[in-house]
Amino acid sequence: MNASAEMMSGNARPEEFDRWFDTRFDERMAQMENEHVPSMTIIATKGSLDMAYPPFILASTAAALGWDVSIFFTFYGLSLLKKELELEISPLGNPAMPMKMPFGPQWLRNVDMNIPNLVMANIPGFEKMATGMMKKTMNEKGIASIEELRSLSIEAGVDLVACQMTVDLYNMAREDFIPEISDWIGAASFLPKAQKSDVSLFV
Amino acid sequence: MHHTDTPTKKLDARGLNCPLPILRSRKALGAMHKGDVLEVKSTDPGSIKDLDAFCRQTGNEMLQSTDDNGEFVFLLRKS
Repeated sequence: MNASAEMMSGNARPEEFDRWFDTRFDERMAQMENEHVPSMTIIATKGSLDMAYPPFILASTAAALGWDVSIFFTFYGLSLLKKELELEISPLGNPAMPMKMPFGPQWLRNVDMNIPNLVMANIPGFEKMATGMMKKTMNEKGIASIEELRSLSIEAGVDLVACQMTVDLYNMAREDFIPEISDWIGAASFLPKAQKSDVSLFV
Repeated sequence: MHHTDTPTKKLDARGLNCPLPILRSRKALGAMHKGDVLEVKSTDPGSIKDLDAFCRQTGNEMLQSTDDNGEFVFLLRKS
């Protein structure tokens, strides 16, 4: 007769039953923890080049760790799902962003140029230039492009969902977005998924 | 079953930054058999701790992690 059957026979003493229960409970909990697939839901709301990185780095890495990942793209985050990515950075009003030269001698590269907002706001093409410099630096340092991280995320099975309301709000065309988007939904559809996930992030 | 530590596949992740060494390792392991050994070379200092964490989470075994003057060599056994 195994331990469980002995307990069921009614002959077990209360302290034996408690011991048996504790052991079984620990075993079952350990088994459940082992079998549990971690999950993560991310809400991506930003559409600039720098802020495109966190959701795709976290999503692709989590997927590589075997997690179940879903990203909900809303508002400016939707631009991360465009077929043609035209992401830019703006140093304007972003005081923590280092402005460094991606070329020239090392002493010059190390200088963090402190450019006043007034200047940044008035030079035409300043953001284009800053974006170009950032992309060059990233490329030199072996940082993946957003295109690459996005396709790696898709390949790893990350679920990409888009906010329907944003598309309506800005009169966006669905044809401009990548076909890998699994669904066009609203907050009420995304929240139940977020509720059940182990990690939920707002970026 | 007999295992050797001789890598059956080599991955050159030198010059790549976080999270690419992890993503490439995962991809390489995906195409390998259980018990096979993958050699990963990288230069990203963050990859030492990250590959370790990757192995702990995915159950793959880190057989070796060495630092050869800023070039890191890892041996991973697929679980």
